[in-house]
Amino acid sequence: MFDSLQLYLAQWLPSAVASVLVILVQAAIVIVPLLLAVAYLTYAERKVIGYMQVRLGPNRVGPGGWLQPIADAVKLLMKEVIIPSQSNVYLFLIAPVLAIAPAIAVWAVVPFDDGMVVADINAGLLYILAISSIGIYGVVVAGWASNSKYAFLGALRSSAQKVSYEIAMGFALVTVIMTAGSMNLTDIVLGQQGGMLSWYWIPLLPMFVVYFIAGVAETNRAPFDVAEGESEIVAGFHVDYSGMTFAVFFLAEYAMMILISFLTAIMFLGGWLSPFEGIPGLETVFSFIPGLAWLSLKVAFLLFVFLWFRATFPRYRYDQIMRLGWKIFIPLTILWVFVVGVMAYLKVAPWFVHGGIA
Amino acid sequence: MIAMLKRQLKTWTLWELFQGLAITGKYLFKSKITVLYPEEKTPMSPRFRGKHALRRYANGEERCIACKLCEAVCPANAITIESEAREDGSRRTTVYDIDLFKCIYCGFCEEACPVDAIVETRVFEYAFEPGDIHVMSKTMLLEHGDKMEAQIAADRAADAKYR
Repeated sequence: MFDSLQLYLAQWLPSAVASVLVILVQAAIVIVPLLLAVAYLTYAERKVIGYMQVRLGPNRVGPGGWLQPIADAVKLLMKEVIIPSQSNVYLFLIAPVLAIAPAIAVWAVVPFDDGMVVADINAGLLYILAISSIGIYGVVVAGWASNSKYAFLGALRSSAQKVSYEIAMGFALVTVIMTAGSMNLTDIVLGQQGGMLSWYWIPLLPMFVVYFIAGVAETNRAPFDVAEGESEIVAGFHVDYSGMTFAVFFLAEYAMMILISFLTAIMFLGGWLSPFEGIPGLETVFSFIPGLAWLSLKVAFLLFVFLWFRATFPRYRYDQIMRLGWKIFIPLTILWVFVVGVMAYLKVAPWFVHGGIA
Repeated sequence: MIAMLKRQLKTWTLWELFQGLAITGKYLFKSKITVLYPEEKTPMSPRFRGKHALRRYANGEERCIACKLCEAVCPANAITIESEAREDGSRRTTVYDIDLFKCIYCGFCEEACPVDAIVETRVFEYAFEPGDIHVMSKTMLLEHGDKMEAQIAADRAADAKYR
């Protein structure tokens, strides 16, 4: 579809301009629904947490509160952006950009369906790891530029936490790569064909759990939100941000949440594959549902789990977070790399028969 | 040994975390206790202390006899009373002001009143903007009392046996 669009545009425009235009269109197709999803994720969060606390949550703006995120966005847009007088203005303003840019850039390689991906590159997983790590810079720069002790403490905590959990996350991804024999996300999903039982969550169950929990820690979400810690350091690294600059941080955090859910669904829950694959009868009944819908369903469930965690668990103490990351997750993931190696060597069906390292 | 294994199993299966999730998961489906305020209201006691009113007797005579007990008992000094003899010789107030900014709605004036003239009603949904009149004059108090008399009388009757 985009190839023909490019050919069509190239009739009048220089081919370089045409391809840039096509890339912009593709970016818009990914980013606009992403931002909408972020907006409604905030609404879902307030609703879900409210319901779990026997409240109703937002229900005043529009029917059932459906316009609440719009109202919030308008409010944040209209608010004044306050720049603290003692801050480093350039860093202060560039920090939100540093936070949001990687959170959006990673979506380039995320496949939404078979072939529905902006850039189907072979090192997709490496790209995601590399780009999403850059997001820390936004946090650190924000904490530094604010010239506030709270912000600085929040930034330090956040960066230490992200660095710690990235290692466990990386090892969890190594097991996925070993199982699939590819770093291309589309190939990883296609390696899981054959119904719910051939998805990677079974052979990699501990890694599935570790990856998701590390993902929660990576995004600084409760119960790992010491970087925000409103009872200790007010709001952490973005305490001095207001208006749109704050909204951008907010957007980046929620975009990363959605990304983690997407990656978990893609790598462990079969991506866009139907869970009824291989079950006679059910398979044909549900065959009309597009892959994107299955993927969205899985992602929605994982996002719900994010919110569920927030409504359930009290915040970890900082040393507990570090203990979990370094003393439990990293040894466990390294151990599982060996277990996966053995499973791949023995060609355990149905996960290790096609592809894999062995 | 067995106890240790049990504990380890509990730790590594994240048993307690799942228990916690089950509880919040259950609460997700409980009926909600939120009161949708302007549409729904919580039940209110007949002793509720809201906006003040001055009452009259059934024949239309105002109850207040300007004894100034309420003024004396008011802990916030919110009440100002001036009195004079009326043409028929009875003692009546000429000024009866309640400053609603000072008032703490303690209900002492109501308790002190020997003739049940000053009362606090169930009305609580009122607000002042800058420049609004926040001192209730005698006419305003009487007017409010006339409007609310049925409710006031019913509330006093409901509470009478506890007094």
